[in-house]
Amino acid sequence: MKLKSLTLAAALIGGVAHAAEVAPTEVSFDDYGAVETSLTGKPGDPAAGAIVVGSKSAGNCVACHQISALSDVPFQGEVGPTLDGAGDRWSEAELRGLMVNAKKTFDGTVMPAFYKTEGFVRPGDGYTGKAAGEDLPPLLSAAQIEDVVAFLVTLKEE
Amino acid sequence: MKFKAMTAIAALVAAPLTAVAGPDEDNLVVNGEIEMVTTTDAPAHLQDTFDTIYSGWHFRSDETQALQMDDFENPAMVFVDQAQEMWDTVEGSEGKSCASCHEDVAESMKGVRAVYPKWNEAAGEVRTLSMQINACREDNMGADPFKYDSAQMAAMESLISVQSRGMPVNVAMDGPAAETWEQGKEIYYTRFGQLELSCASCHELNYGNMIRADHLSQGQINGFPTYRLKNAKLNTVHGRFKGCIRDTRAETFAPGSPEFVALELYVATRGNGLSVEGPSVRN
Ligand code: HEC
Ligand code: HEC
Repeated sequence: MKLKSLTLAAALIGGVAHAAEVAPTEVSFDDYGAVETSLTGKPGDPAAGAIVVGSKSAGNCVACHQISALSDVPFQGEVGPTLDGAGDRWSEAELRGLMVNAKKTFDGTVMPAFYKTEGFVRPGDGYTGKAAGEDLPPLLSAAQIEDVVAFLVTLKEE
Repeated sequence: MKFKAMTAIAALVAAPLTAVAGPDEDNLVVNGEIEMVTTTDAPAHLQDTFDTIYSGWHFRSDETQALQMDDFENPAMVFVDQAQEMWDTVEGSEGKSCASCHEDVAESMKGVRAVYPKWNEAAGEVRTLSMQINACREDNMGADPFKYDSAQMAAMESLISVQSRGMPVNVAMDGPAAETWEQGKEIYYTRFGQLELSCASCHELNYGNMIRADHLSQGQINGFPTYRLKNAKLNTVHGRFKGCIRDTRAETFAPGSPEFVALELYVATRGNGLSVEGPSVRN
């Protein structure tokens, strides 16, 4: 992992560099689906988050969302609303909640839960079509979620 | 990847969003003579969901659409010719071909595709067209069954489908088929896999929208088997179901499984009123 300016600064001031991560089964939501506490205890890296959002093999958020800030990523989808201005519409805690499990914010939404490991019907092993093994990892890691959240807060309407 | 500032340059190269939204308004006439109903009122059981149902043909590019408008251009037609040979070829212990019992496919198989899957009284089960083809091979010809989603099966289904092109899909969901139909409906609305998506998440709530590079259709099966440009072969209904469920990061069902038979029955009735189009062309 590269040390980006933000994380470097955080590492210098934050004494507990390796604070325990919040496990997918231990995340606590408020009544509106927001998640106040950082999953890693460290600020995320917005540049890394942008890559997660745009990559097919990571968040693949652009499969469903259009994001002008990532205009070099082709084929942006229309299933969800545009994420332009998401940083104005939502607080950091709300965005974290949307990443962990958007169904806590939007009942029944088609948006997948990115930090969830249980309660699926016939979970598969990635895109193989075969059954998942015992320990199903979440779609994104705690660090990736924090990176995405850090990116989303930068999405402001001009 | 760089993280672009909202500069004038970024605005100029703004995302190449395809301007397609919803089904297009083209008409499908094959060989200048078979007029297909590709847009029609939703069948009664779907009227709380949709006003109108659309063939998947409406969601494809003009180039892909054109391939289906002329049998000389349709890459699926060579497989229909191959199946015509199979139709006339004796196989198995009984010394029979399909033609031994059914004679001219153009006569005997007219209208068949339009009503399958269908309840089979003697067998006491709902049968897909593939199941019926294999029942004939095993019971009447003494031949080995085709693998459920094999190239041979897709070709034979195409030959049978061609005889009904332009006729309205009219699959029964009542009587003894009702239980299987309900089972299929339940599967249709189940949110499978780690992405927790149902068939309805994509094909009911989002048809007409782009999901990444794909223009979502209503997921109708009136055009099957489909020749896909992407894999350059005929694709069966169950092959497509398998791919769609796999894409939800789920453990799929097997082609020919009771789950997919039930799902096929249910999905077929969502297309009642559209024309039989198979074999169609998709991307
Ligand atoms: C399968 C489709 C799908 C995927 C994949 C998806 N989303 Fe969503 N998302 C939606 C939908 C649909 C909504 C709207 C909520 C609703 O009403 O259901 C939404 C809502 C949101 C919102 C709130 C939008 C607003 O401004 O009101 C944010 C933020 C968001 N998504 C971010 C993401 C990020 C980041 C990712 C990837 C890590 C992602 N989404 C992946 C479908 C998706
Ligand atoms: C993650 C989204 C997604 C889900 C969930 C999904 N599909 Fe699809 N499906 C697609 C895409 C993309 C295509 C190709 C474009 C199109 O025709 O919609 C497709 C195509 C199809 C087609 C081919 C239509 C044609 O005209 O060629 C059928 C049939 C189909 N899906 C049925 C289903 C069924 C049944 C389910 C549930 C078991 C399902 N799909 C679940 C995305 C999905």
